[in-house]
Amino acid sequence: MVTVTAPAAPEKKARPPVARPRRGVGSRREAWTGWFFMAPFAILFAIVFLVPIGVSVKSAFFAQVATGGGLYGGGELADTFVGFDNFAAAIANPAFWVGMGRVVLYAGIQIPVMILAALALALLLDSFIVRRPGLFRLSFFLPYAVPGVIAAMMWLYIYTPEVSPILPFLPEGTDFMSPQTILMSMANMTTWTYTGYNMLIFLAALQAIPRDLYEAARLDGASGFQISMRIKVPMVRGAALLAVLLSIIGTIQLFNEPVIMEAQNTWMGKDFTPMMLTYNSMMGELTPSGSGPASAYSLLMALIAGVLAIVYALLQRRKGDA
Amino acid sequence: MSTTVLITVPEKVRASQRRRRVQGSAPDAPPPSIAPSPLAKAFGYVALIVATLYFLVPVYWLLVASSKNNRDLTSTFGFWFAEWNMGTNYDSLIGWTQGLFWRWVGNSVFYSVSAGVIGTLFAVMAGYAIAKFAFPGKKLAVGVIMAGLLMPVALLTVPLYIEFHALGLVNTVWAIIIPSAVSPFGVFLGMVFAQSSVPTELLEAARIDGAGEVRIFFTIVLRLLSPAMVTIFLFIFVATWNNFLLPLMMISSQDLKPVTLGLYGMMSYFSPDKGAVMLGSLLGVIPLIVLFFTLQRYWRSGLAAGAVKG
Repeated sequence: MVTVTAPAAPEKKARPPVARPRRGVGSRREAWTGWFFMAPFAILFAIVFLVPIGVSVKSAFFAQVATGGGLYGGGELADTFVGFDNFAAAIANPAFWVGMGRVVLYAGIQIPVMILAALALALLLDSFIVRRPGLFRLSFFLPYAVPGVIAAMMWLYIYTPEVSPILPFLPEGTDFMSPQTILMSMANMTTWTYTGYNMLIFLAALQAIPRDLYEAARLDGASGFQISMRIKVPMVRGAALLAVLLSIIGTIQLFNEPVIMEAQNTWMGKDFTPMMLTYNSMMGELTPSGSGPASAYSLLMALIAGVLAIVYALLQRRKGDA
Repeated sequence: MSTTVLITVPEKVRASQRRRRVQGSAPDAPPPSIAPSPLAKAFGYVALIVATLYFLVPVYWLLVASSKNNRDLTSTFGFWFAEWNMGTNYDSLIGWTQGLFWRWVGNSVFYSVSAGVIGTLFAVMAGYAIAKFAFPGKKLAVGVIMAGLLMPVALLTVPLYIEFHALGLVNTVWAIIIPSAVSPFGVFLGMVFAQSSVPTELLEAARIDGAGEVRIFFTIVLRLLSPAMVTIFLFIFVATWNNFLLPLMMISSQDLKPVTLGLYGMMSYFSPDKGAVMLGSLLGVIPLIVLFFTLQRYWRSGLAAGAVKG
């Protein structure tokens, strides 16, 4: 927890000029009031974010080891400090890297498709092509209202040969759930769910651009397409950065869709994605099991997600400066 | 050019929306100089309609499928209704779930509303504190909360389970409500809205009149921030309703399951009654769709506040 240590003085500058700077009793009162309103959130935030990070770091260094004291050599299980053994085991586990490879491949295809589709739809709705974009906006956003698990169940049945409404229209031998296609079938599920959400982010950013800019560009002879590409797209780069970062972080944790698919396609296994591997290790469905290995996987995933996000942000920034 | 990441846009966005509303019957009529050409218009329309079909047809199919029995699902045309079996499917749904289906929906409502109410109040309080008060540790608190925005939340679920297990909270309602009520995004929205719509002069005036800080907050600030609160409530409500991993880890008793978890359990039975599963899915989605249609403008203001400029 954050305690009252930092000097309050520098904060003063941030205040609007209207408020007279207060001294002594006044500023102490203000500090108390600030923390009073901050405290309920801060306490829950600590319980839900900070403590778990500490817990996972700690438990990653421990494992449940048999003490060997029992009559038959087993005995009680005890938490024992094992140093970096859990991390070493996680890094040496090929299932972790195969799963990570799947997720990264998935992200490499799904995120560009989704972001570009969202951007294209936002540009179309922002270009006065339709008189009333509200209905389209709502239809595109609707899938976001469908919980991920339920969307996955729905698409699973759309993919299932006996009940699928679309397979009769597709070429003979189309299989949505073969080892070669299942990743793309799941990518379709997330694209369906989140494209509209991202489109709304882009649309909000587009509508904050002053309209006069377009009229000026028109007078200079720019076509509608040029206005989109040269003015609008560069001006929503910040929104795109945020949308892609959130998508990378979301995709690394891919869980709902593969779990639902696995319920019908058991060949996928309990370690299809790193998050499934982590969950099933925690729940004892995979060995090594327990909180130690699960925490090690969690931390490695957080590390990889962080590195990917930073690399992407840096690449974007360099492109922006060029 | 793209160094600032998070900024506040709602002012401008709302201004442009207001401008449009004023124009009356054709809300998005362009100035003639920037209207698209007829050809561009035609292509644009086709693209938008194809996209609409992609997004809506699966939901429509869910409706059709939930009215069919297993035999009709396999033998009749997928996109049209056959023999009407929704009643039978409903009985089957209730049977398969041992009468617990509506309890699960009720649990989802309870979790989402509780987390939404608690989370919204706490987020607005924190956002107000950040926007309007100077206190030691503020910069650090803001930094930590903004880092929380980008934290991979699923990764916290495993250690959260370990923590809650130690606290004896696993398989209680708290295991869902407490984690769901913490919304860094809500604090961010609360901060943005408090900066733009709570005038400092008003607070000063109330203080001079002798009102205490708590009273000022509950009688003046909350009223000014009510649109922001609806937005934050919506985000937390939907996130809680849609969460799957958290209840999957935390909840084991049938009586406490939210509807997402209950349906997953039903689907993973050996050869379930598919029409009944689809009907359950449909019924688990309808509350959210209603919420979306009625409160959609709040979504947009929330996303606009979160949207960024380069």
